[in-house]
Amino acid sequence: MLACLRAFALSLLLVAFAGPCLAGPFEDAVAKLANDDFSDTEEAIGTIASSGNPLAYPIIGALKDERLFADGETKKVFIKQDDGKVIDAATGAAIDSLPDSASAVSLNNRLRRTVDAALGGLTLLSPDLATRLAAAQSVFKSHEEAVLPTVEGALAKETNRTAKTALGEARAAILLFKSDASEVDKLEAVATIKARGDQEAMAMLSDVGGDQPVAVAKAAAAGVASIQSTLAIWSTVQNAWYGLSLGSVLLLAAIGLAITFGVMGVINMAHGEMVMLGAYTTFVVQEVIRTRYPGMFDYSLVIAVPLAFLVSGAVGILIERSIIRFLYGRPLETLLATWGLSLVLQQAVRTLFGPTNREVGNPSWMSGAFELGHMTITYNRLWILCFTLAVFVILLAMLRFTSLGLQMRAVTQNRRMAASMGIATSRVDALTFGLGSGIAGIAGVALSQIDNVSPNLGQSYIIDSFMVVVFGGVGNLWGTLVGAFTLGIANKFLEPVAGAVLGKIAILVLIILFIQKRPRGLFALKGRAVEA
Amino acid sequence: MMDHMLTRSLDRAATTFMIVVAACGILIPLSNMLLPAGSMFQVPTYLVALWGKYVCYAILALSIDLIWGYCGILSLGHGAFFALGGYAMGMYLMRQIGARGVYGNPDLPDFMVFLNWQKLPWYWYGFDMFPVALLMVVLVPGLLAFCFGWFAFRSRVTGVYLSIITQAMTYALLLGFFRNDFGFGGNNGLTDFKDILGFNVQAEGTRAALFALSCLALIIAFLICRAVVSSKLGKVLIAIRDAESRTRFIGYRVESYKLFVFTLSACMAGIAGALYVPQVGIINPSEFAPGNSIEAVIWVAVGGRGTLIGAALGAVVVNYAKTFFTSGALAPYWLFMLGAMFVLVTLLLPKGIVGTFNSWWEPFRARRLTDASAAREDGVSAPKMAE
Repeated sequence: MLACLRAFALSLLLVAFAGPCLAGPFEDAVAKLANDDFSDTEEAIGTIASSGNPLAYPIIGALKDERLFADGETKKVFIKQDDGKVIDAATGAAIDSLPDSASAVSLNNRLRRTVDAALGGLTLLSPDLATRLAAAQSVFKSHEEAVLPTVEGALAKETNRTAKTALGEARAAILLFKSDASEVDKLEAVATIKARGDQEAMAMLSDVGGDQPVAVAKAAAAGVASIQSTLAIWSTVQNAWYGLSLGSVLLLAAIGLAITFGVMGVINMAHGEMVMLGAYTTFVVQEVIRTRYPGMFDYSLVIAVPLAFLVSGAVGILIERSIIRFLYGRPLETLLATWGLSLVLQQAVRTLFGPTNREVGNPSWMSGAFELGHMTITYNRLWILCFTLAVFVILLAMLRFTSLGLQMRAVTQNRRMAASMGIATSRVDALTFGLGSGIAGIAGVALSQIDNVSPNLGQSYIIDSFMVVVFGGVGNLWGTLVGAFTLGIANKFLEPVAGAVLGKIAILVLIILFIQKRPRGLFALKGRAVEA
Repeated sequence: MMDHMLTRSLDRAATTFMIVVAACGILIPLSNMLLPAGSMFQVPTYLVALWGKYVCYAILALSIDLIWGYCGILSLGHGAFFALGGYAMGMYLMRQIGARGVYGNPDLPDFMVFLNWQKLPWYWYGFDMFPVALLMVVLVPGLLAFCFGWFAFRSRVTGVYLSIITQAMTYALLLGFFRNDFGFGGNNGLTDFKDILGFNVQAEGTRAALFALSCLALIIAFLICRAVVSSKLGKVLIAIRDAESRTRFIGYRVESYKLFVFTLSACMAGIAGALYVPQVGIINPSEFAPGNSIEAVIWVAVGGRGTLIGAALGAVVVNYAKTFFTSGALAPYWLFMLGAMFVLVTLLLPKGIVGTFNSWWEPFRARRLTDASAAREDGVSAPKMAE
């Protein structure tokens, strides 16, 4: 793009040297095309491109595609449009048919480059908004003085607000570095660029050197400082958002563990595999939808969530009934048995679905991103954050307000008393474990949207999840929430300073030290339960 | 009376164990070196290296049994100490390559030349000297274990919490050693070793000697563990395992006992790692993977925790099974087997092979011993129990 503009400017210079222009330079230039002489054509392209005439873009576009015809006798030039209709290039009037004597205006390689450059400048006038914005952006970067008339012409015609701002910024950039622009114009330009407020604006303002008037240089320096502080704030906000996003992922992965480990005290090393099962459930659901009901793809996640809950929950209950119930009160043995189970589950999935990553797509409402100030927020991260919070609230409400929740809390607090009151403790154990596993399955649905769905998916979360639960305090859902977001945000703020891996190591070391200080986590249970 | 019988029976088993290990340590290298290749009794070199690996694993298992079986500390990060010992030895071996590397730099190992490093990082100094490397093999894991244990035991982090933070420790080390700028070869680790103390590491003689050394180390480690667990210190450790609070209330400084045994165990693991590296010819960060450490715990569980012999036996049995299954058509099913082993051993065989055998054998032995002591009371000398 920059090269195009340079070439375009060059062609303009050539025009300037071509001599005095007669009245109606545009029509004159158009007539020149009819000479079918390479140097005349070049001059004409320059004049037409800078004329600001609405026909300029069609003419040069037609020239490029060899749809531009000229009659050497009458000096008339015609554009053959894509739909086959012919118009007069100078006036835009429709013509019935091409005269027999008209022939296509020929180009050589040099001219083709000139044509491309001219079109580059003219895209400022393109009917397509995105093209106009890109053109304005590239003018802003190159700030070639020669494009100024085109920019101003485009600015006058522009109706879209975004494009208008972009063009205004492009114009300001040109004026700022134009040696003969007035000081007032320049100060105004500095203000406009400052208002843009991003890295590029800052770079441009810091380029303002000593050759500029003192007031302008001062204003530019002030602008740089103000942009810097704004950007610093935005980068903090951005980091905080990334941290929240990571925290929501951690919370999602850990929340099921907070039930099985936190409430029941069962070390479930196969927890990660429950997450993986949820992700594979999503994969299967999407696969069925793709082959049978392609129109329902957007609903795939809505279908997958309850299914994943059921699949992982059922596997969880099966595990609890067949293995874990024999190991209550022997946490270290539980740890080993469930680790073995995780190996079996991983290998089973690997045998069934293959060892490679399976593709799970984003539904349309989850793909894409939007801009908020100076940061980009992707929809999938936003949805996952909302989803996580919703799951958390539902779980909290379930424990608080349902009879199953009441029974769970009763069994956790005093198993024998609960049994004496007629609660079927072993049934509650199974259901609690099923609930925790089912929630892990739901987490898998969400994580399938941002992570690779492979048999190793669960393993990458298991250590983090345990860290979150231990850090937050066992037996306390709020602790898990606070723990997850604290770790997420701390991780993202350490990352720019220490790098991704060192940041993670630092977090692990900090947690290890933290556990020394508070062996029972942030929100420890108090009272007799502690020594249990 | 009961105590007396137990020590005697253990002693006999221990003697048998040491004789078997010593016999392997002498006979296998001899058969490898002296008998002609292709002979029925000749042990091929690859088998010597493979069994050497098992012996190193057995030392690691012993070190885990010492803390888990006798003190109730389940470390899920013992692979880290093993790997650190291995890295210390690997650094010595790297320095021994000298100018024979691909880039021919006399000081810098190849990977540093490749990364454009100008001089050796400070922590590589001294590793060209074998005694320093040997010291580091023990010192680095020991120091890490001491610091880690000092913090953890003093603040009374116990049970699963301790297991989880040991796992976090090895995970953090895994992440760190994967980085190139840590100066330990990053992803590829240390490899392409040429010689150790002037002997070619690939040579049959060196392999045989390393195997014999590993067996010797296993015997020494076993003796140390035996000495610890049968002393008064060992009794306190068992008391801590069974009732930590009660032991503390009686007046023992629980954390000092734990710290001592944890550090000792880490040093043993480091030595195992140091013997392991020259025999397998490579050390890389995957040795730090949390999965490896947990696998080492299952060796102990399979063999029988709190039996020492069982731990060593478990390490050999499980690893033999692993080699057997992963090399054949059954390879995809190995993880099913390993996983099932974890589950079945904890559910059905909580005492492990040796523990179960002991409790099965106990009534017979008790009867024989009662007969013997009855005979002694009759004035007849007890029959020798040689086997």
